[in-house]
Amino acid sequence: MISIIINGKKIRTKEGKTILEVARENKIEIPALCNHPDLKPGASCRVCVVGIKGSKKLVTSCTTKVYPGMEVVTNSSKINKTRKINLELLFSQHREECSDCVWDSNCELLKLAKKYKVEINRFKDRKENYPVYQFGNAIQFDSSKCIDCRNCVEICHNQGVDFLEIKERGHLFQVVPSKKKNRDCIYCGQCLTHCPAGAFESVGEFEDIEKPLKEKDKIVVFQFAPSIRSSIGEEFNLPYGKIVTGQIVAALRILGVDKVFDTCVGADFTTTSEAEEVVERIKKNKNLPILTSCCPAWVKFVEQNFPEFIPNLSTTRSPQTILGGVIKTYWAQKEKIDPKKIFVVSIMPCIAKKFEIARPQLKVLGMNSVDYVLTTREFARLLKRHSIDFGKLKPVKPDRIFGEPSGAGVIYGVSGGVMESAFRTAYEKLTGNKVNNFKFKEIRGMKGVKDAEVKIGCECRKIAVINGLGNAKKFLQEIKTGKREGYTCIEVMACPGGCIGGGGQPMPTNDEIRSKRASSLYSIDEKKKIRKAHENPIVKKVYKELFSKNKKIAQEVLHTSYNKKNKGLVKKI
Amino acid sequence: MGGDIIKELKKYNLLGRSGSGFPTALKWELVKKAKGEKKYIICNCSEGEPKNFKDKFILENYPEIIIEGIKTALNFIDNSSAFIYLKKDYYTKFYKKLKKLSKGLPIEIVKKKGGYLGGEETVICQSLEGKRIEPRAKPPFPVESGLWNCPTLVNNAETFYCVGKIAKGEYQRTRFYTISGDVKREGIYELPEKYTIREILKETKNYPDFEFFLQSGGGAIGEILLPEELDKQVQGIGCIVVFDSQTNPFDLMKEWSQFFLAENCDKCTPCREGIYRINEMLNDKKIDEESLKDIFLTLKETSLCPLGANAYKPFETLIKKIIR
Repeated sequence: MISIIINGKKIRTKEGKTILEVARENKIEIPALCNHPDLKPGASCRVCVVGIKGSKKLVTSCTTKVYPGMEVVTNSSKINKTRKINLELLFSQHREECSDCVWDSNCELLKLAKKYKVEINRFKDRKENYPVYQFGNAIQFDSSKCIDCRNCVEICHNQGVDFLEIKERGHLFQVVPSKKKNRDCIYCGQCLTHCPAGAFESVGEFEDIEKPLKEKDKIVVFQFAPSIRSSIGEEFNLPYGKIVTGQIVAALRILGVDKVFDTCVGADFTTTSEAEEVVERIKKNKNLPILTSCCPAWVKFVEQNFPEFIPNLSTTRSPQTILGGVIKTYWAQKEKIDPKKIFVVSIMPCIAKKFEIARPQLKVLGMNSVDYVLTTREFARLLKRHSIDFGKLKPVKPDRIFGEPSGAGVIYGVSGGVMESAFRTAYEKLTGNKVNNFKFKEIRGMKGVKDAEVKIGCECRKIAVINGLGNAKKFLQEIKTGKREGYTCIEVMACPGGCIGGGGQPMPTNDEIRSKRASSLYSIDEKKKIRKAHENPIVKKVYKELFSKNKKIAQEVLHTSYNKKNKGLVKKI
Repeated sequence: MGGDIIKELKKYNLLGRSGSGFPTALKWELVKKAKGEKKYIICNCSEGEPKNFKDKFILENYPEIIIEGIKTALNFIDNSSAFIYLKKDYYTKFYKKLKKLSKGLPIEIVKKKGGYLGGEETVICQSLEGKRIEPRAKPPFPVESGLWNCPTLVNNAETFYCVGKIAKGEYQRTRFYTISGDVKREGIYELPEKYTIREILKETKNYPDFEFFLQSGGGAIGEILLPEELDKQVQGIGCIVVFDSQTNPFDLMKEWSQFFLAENCDKCTPCREGIYRINEMLNDKKIDEESLKDIFLTLKETSLCPLGANAYKPFETLIKKIIR
């Protein structure tokens, strides 16, 4: 422990921390824009400057580490003036479009503008004519809003993608999408959640969110992903990790949608099918390690960067697409509805899910299995537009038939959840023994790569759970070079912490917030009577009544295929 | 020389010749004491400041003394190897000669990447590691964690020249001055480091017989001085640029702002946006004094690297002394 002084107040702290960290721990406010706990400090915005005794210049609190006896001043007329000027300079490159901004009422730039009495329009916007780029059908980057902090470039690099680059154009460096043939966006949306200026948004983030409600001549069926039940509350000022499953359903009822189902039930189908695959591949010793495939950003990453691993991807479809398929086959038949009249909408924590539903390999009977995807943020925005007071809603249950998932289906939203679910099912199928200890500690938590060994009968099998694509990239490279070997199953989620840290989730996001969202999902699982996917009655029923009788439909609803990907659409708007 | 070199460096109070004037002995000791199995030495010959050619002059005339200086550092710092980091045209010109002179020594000769900023010590580390050409946040300083996170000694070519001279017992307490502009005898001169600007101009028969002002330190970053302010030594890299008082100060500022706009890395807000706005005001011939003052302040106080932190100087001093 060391002592430092901030604003005349003595503070005991640990060496190795930055001034910003110590200040925040002690509730001393220092403004910081480009700083993000997921990233190494870039120290580019220069808004977090403070004074330290003995230094001629101001220093950035995000990079300067504390030392014994350090005397820090976070507030003086010089400090405030330079912050104000730097903010004005930042605004001079940021074209404001506050009414349509992913930061909504939570914009740090605007908050600081008010606090430091910033003249937002002191200088003319220099980026007025900068273009908007669109990546696939998923993400838009409005470079006229970019404040050049380069967080997006950094996170894109950390994701192992390197699609966003810095290029010099007419003496000014700017962020641009790569023109290289082998570099493409995988639509994870981490650029969006790490951009302090709202320069990224999903396609249709503002313009198209009412679309699902306008399908008047169709039966509109909503499903919602596991992870959003512990995240969407944040959009309505509820505490981090607050479980609001029933409120999501209640809100959808108010919007007047015809049916509300739970994607966790889809996850139960995915687990059951994937566990079968695992069992079969182990028996045949073929295409191991099996790689999970419910994360579309990860699947695209494999298809474009590691096509040699395509045979390893599980052919089982993701929860939303399986549930969509089951709705348009089993349910339509049961309800005697023409499946073409059903419009399936998914609320997802993810932007890549927009890309996923457009994959031609995911059709069912020639139809899209899912017709529309709203991200968590978009859905929240839709509710706000309809003046729905989310926090005050009385919880309502989803429609019963696909409304009651197992605990396994709920933890799909967390890194490690898919593996844990699959293990609960596959273990029983392989050994005939029951799983009784549900908590699979080694593969829980926010660590990027989690290694574990499981004993199946007398055999020990290596498994790994990875979150963050940069980690996955390194892992695959190590498999290729032989540095890692002998794995049976590998779960990969593109986003930090899994879907709870997805690109479609509320902002801000960081490890602490993600951990809270995660532990809520685990707590739901703990309270469930049925915690294994294959024991879910509806799963058993659909298998019995449809899949075991009609193998062709089973194949079409449950499985998909992959192919080497060339670069997708990158256009200037 | 061995361990005595520190004593010698201290005796002559040798200060780095890159412009920052950091005590050489202290820097060497910091690197020697820093923890690290491997250490690096970088001889910085990447001068990118306009109107400054002293590194080139030394490379052309005294390369063997530079090598002697690097050798001294190699002997002083355990487990070290060295790089000579050369501006592109210097690389083409001097590679062969330096290669020959450094035969048998762990010295690698490399070509600079990037422009002016490519000469900043952390940028050199970035460049040698094959990374983006932009400065790193300091601390950590290269002496602790530089190239590949190893303790790294970065010294300017002239500093190594001085060390070489000291090691050979020939050091005469001189430094190199680049004189240019409205003078009769432009060139690079080796003169006593104690000389004042006035003495240098007189000694080289360059003292103007007309009304003038000059820029002292660097061809872009140096401050503006009036004839009555010349009884002091040259700062920075030893550049003196003389201007006839008829020179249009706005053209001069435009020249500087264009230089900075092209050469800065655009990483930090004050330098990227501040320089952009200075350049814009000059191009539009619409100077907003208040804004200018504000930009100078934030450049000086909050820039990431010395380029930004000093870029305000020529503008501020020119406006203060010449325009009004």
